[in-house]
Amino acid sequence: MIRYILERLALAVPTLLAISALVFFSAYLAPGDPADVILGEKATPATKARLREELGLNRPPLIRYKDYVVGIVTRGDFGSSYLSREPVKDIIKRGFPNTILLASLALVTSLLLGIPLGILASVWANKLPDRLAMALALVGVALPSFVLGPALVLLLAVRLQWLSVIGFSLAEGRTAPQFFILPVLVLAARSAALIARLTRSAMLDVLSQDYVRTARAKGLSTASVLFKHALKNAFPPILTVAGTTFGYLLSGSFVVETFFTIPGIGNESISSILRRDYPVVQGLSLLMATGFVLINLIVDILYGLIDPRARVGGPLVRKVSL
Amino acid sequence: MSDESEVPLPTPTFWARLRRNPLAFGSLIVLGLIVFVALLAPVLAPYGFASQTLSDNLQGPGGKHALGTDELGRDTLSRLMHGARISLLVALGVEGFVVSIGVLVGLVAGYFGGWLDQLLMRITDVLLAFPDVLLALLLLGTLGASSASPAVSLGLVILSLGLTGWPPLARLVRGQVLTLRKREFVEASRALGATNGRILIKHILPNLLSPLMVAITVDTAGVILAEATLSFLGIGVQRPFPSWGRMINDALEYYRTEPRLLILPAACLSVTVLALNFLGDGLRDALDPRQRK
Repeated sequence: MIRYILERLALAVPTLLAISALVFFSAYLAPGDPADVILGEKATPATKARLREELGLNRPPLIRYKDYVVGIVTRGDFGSSYLSREPVKDIIKRGFPNTILLASLALVTSLLLGIPLGILASVWANKLPDRLAMALALVGVALPSFVLGPALVLLLAVRLQWLSVIGFSLAEGRTAPQFFILPVLVLAARSAALIARLTRSAMLDVLSQDYVRTARAKGLSTASVLFKHALKNAFPPILTVAGTTFGYLLSGSFVVETFFTIPGIGNESISSILRRDYPVVQGLSLLMATGFVLINLIVDILYGLIDPRARVGGPLVRKVSL
Repeated sequence: MSDESEVPLPTPTFWARLRRNPLAFGSLIVLGLIVFVALLAPVLAPYGFASQTLSDNLQGPGGKHALGTDELGRDTLSRLMHGARISLLVALGVEGFVVSIGVLVGLVAGYFGGWLDQLLMRITDVLLAFPDVLLALLLLGTLGASSASPAVSLGLVILSLGLTGWPPLARLVRGQVLTLRKREFVEASRALGATNGRILIKHILPNLLSPLMVAITVDTAGVILAEATLSFLGIGVQRPFPSWGRMINDALEYYRTEPRLLILPAACLSVTVLALNFLGDGLRDALDPRQRK
């Protein structure tokens, strides 16, 4: 088992290096000169040259890349914002807690909604409860968050005035439940739908197995069969999807954070892209991609613990397609 | 395609099976209508997508404007029709990239194997390690789509979604090729002295068409949704091009009094995405009845 974990870890290192290279060198595709972004187009050539020298932009790309990676690994130094000169590290420290909180709450919510809905659907497969649950899941998959968000705001925040139009913020003290419910619900909707569909198909697979028939035949109660025998065996695929979903939730909250003005890293990335503040964009992208890889790594390792057959190999990163 | 190749696709049984699935067949009709409107938008739409009459702004449905107007007095129906055009363009452009790169990489990796396979699959893994649209977002951000002209921004959206979207398809193709290349008809063809190129094009590619069609249909739904998301965030297709995502963003200031401005583009988007998903499921069943659940 330890060998398996070490193998997985060793495989993640080149992936992370390649990701960092991709993120770093993408900035060379940017049209124009970073000095223009910082100083504006009107600055004199001499000022621009001095700034380029100061930022080390004139050094060879490979040396800059090496320094960038070494800086991150040894000092957690992702460089500084072009515009505010604030270290990207501080921007991450400010925004990441909000994003983690949002993603964690959304994951818990989607599991609490998705698993029961999927079990319900599998028990009454192809009957009315199944059809209703799967129709609901379809809505969750088809409605993008930038539609579901405004729709729920209109209903619950504007018309009924139950909840807040803006989302939570740890730094600004917006921590009452009314700031949490809408953003968490909107972010959780899609993953809840995916988890419900996956739970249903995993349960249907398990429910048709011989040992479930045996359990039924020896007269165990439905609840005992469902939870002791079936759900336990349907759990590994659900775990995989929950893990991958968490990776997506951590990085995929651009829309929800922007719409509910939650000061997380998704929101920060979008505004940095619009301001063409590349060091911030790079740092945040790198953080998100790294988080995604690490979560997938943890899922892989957990999966190997639960199901030794999975230790043989397979891709490091599993994409969920449902 | 010449008549000697064994194309498993448009046989009468395939159509018959698809027609027996009302959801999939209905979706096909809906998508046909959307494509029709998208192609003929300049002729069908009563107004141009950017033509505005400020004095007529925020009009309700009826009268001169069947679905009302937006905050600048632009005809909503016309903008929705041109929005379909944007979605169609993005879908065709991105899938063009995705299919050419994905099929090429998958074929080469799966058929030739060895170090080439290793290299291509490592590249695929790295691209897959980026969550969702993050890579496209990064690319769009660095290429500066948000400050480009509408036409250039549309091109950049297609480019970035296309260049980042092919890895899942390459994986799929590679997996299929790995099983196909050991099949008897491939062995037989090789024994008869066929070149690698001939085997790939005449024997392997035709057998890939069914799974490819399903994958492309479902992927297109994701592409249309991704474009709408990027445009909603302001870093995709720029004004005044009426991307449905951008229209939803523009509606945010007014939807509390004019929910129609939000609901109409949202409905167009959701119907298109759902129809593509239903059609994908239907195609899967119709093309390969053995896989039916």
